[in-house]
Amino acid sequence: MSEKLTRFFASRWGIIVAGAVIGILAPLLQRLGNPPNMGICVACFERDIAGALGLHRADVVQYLRPEIIGFVLGATVAALLFREFKARAGSAPIVRFVLGVFAMIGALAFLGCPWRALLRFSAGDLNALVGLLGLTFGIFIGVLFLKAGYSLGRSYKTHTAVGWIMPVIMVVLLLLLVFRVKVSDTGALFFSTSGPGSMHAPLIISLVVGLVIGFLAQRTRFCTMGSIRDVILMGDTHLISGVGALFVFAVLTNLILGQFRTPAFFGQPIAHSQHLWNFLGMTLAGLAFALAGGCPGRQLFLAGEGDGDAAVFVLGMITGAGISHNFALAGRPDSVVEGVQTVGGITPYGMAAVVLGLVVCIVIGLTMRQKMEG
Amino acid sequence: MAQTVDARGLSCPQPVILTRQAIQTGQFPIEVLVDTVTSRENVRRLAKSLGYKVQVKEEGGEFRLTLTK
Repeated sequence: MSEKLTRFFASRWGIIVAGAVIGILAPLLQRLGNPPNMGICVACFERDIAGALGLHRADVVQYLRPEIIGFVLGATVAALLFREFKARAGSAPIVRFVLGVFAMIGALAFLGCPWRALLRFSAGDLNALVGLLGLTFGIFIGVLFLKAGYSLGRSYKTHTAVGWIMPVIMVVLLLLLVFRVKVSDTGALFFSTSGPGSMHAPLIISLVVGLVIGFLAQRTRFCTMGSIRDVILMGDTHLISGVGALFVFAVLTNLILGQFRTPAFFGQPIAHSQHLWNFLGMTLAGLAFALAGGCPGRQLFLAGEGDGDAAVFVLGMITGAGISHNFALAGRPDSVVEGVQTVGGITPYGMAAVVLGLVVCIVIGLTMRQKMEG
Repeated sequence: MAQTVDARGLSCPQPVILTRQAIQTGQFPIEVLVDTVTSRENVRRLAKSLGYKVQVKEEGGEFRLTLTK
């Protein structure tokens, strides 16, 4: 029975079902309170978690997002049920940390992870198309490195407790959230009272959606970066059929819920229309994901099934969110004040950080090659 | 002459890339060692899509895939 289910989830229909479920649930979460075009955004939500913990003090993006907790724990449950939970670690963790930091800096320059790029596009935000093109370009560069033998080396089976660290961290975050811990008037936890951080679906719904998606994604290996990589690398359309399903069902759900807007560039929700930096921000993110072997969602699911290296990438992303906001690197949305339209975008510091990130990723790609073994 | 690809502990998509390189040498059978179900399914899918036969043996939490023409 379990082997049959495993086969189904590994099949094309399995991945399509996972994509469709995400495509339906994410816009629904917006309807239930999550920010516009941000039903699910792994980068944004990890950034909100960093904010809730006080790792940055941008007071409009602070909330302990239960979706992220659910993703990890849902994957843990699936991995345990199907006997796939396996503690492993040791494949260049410090490099994965750095890749996580720059992946987040790139994603926040654009204002979204690949999932949110799809959700934004599915609701008529054309900037997301620019971001997706940038993402594809970044992954293309990553594929060139992979073809030239890029590898961070092997991970090894290790103590079971190693694999449990990330799931346990998530349980602790859940407890902090449920009990709304507040150490002092000016101390953590921080919860936004305005802006995107203040907008959220009811805790229990967010958590359950996160668990369901975490479970399905662990079984099907859903990965946005992998979907584009596999097409470029070997014309394999398996993963991208799931991503396509996500997009199609998100469009339909947005149409039904009245969340679809006339397609345009300027003034989209929590988005800016500075095209060059939307493109390059996601190029950086795509390259970092490709070098690390998974999109931010996939890294959470891997961390949930015992992959200590993926867990380090996640911690890198959360740290990157802190750096991004403390150093004013993240994108600012377009705005209209008293009828005056202002195009948002990133600061010169943000531009420098994106360029620096690209340089660092290229150096990593060029210098870290594995000798082929017989 | 048989050849072995040891892809244990390598992250996605390296097991598939190494298997492809082995297939291109044309020496069958090819044994591929992997240590996750994800890699097992990825390598199996690649081999099937190219029209090869795949046999899988589980050995202590690891998998040995044998690819034949």
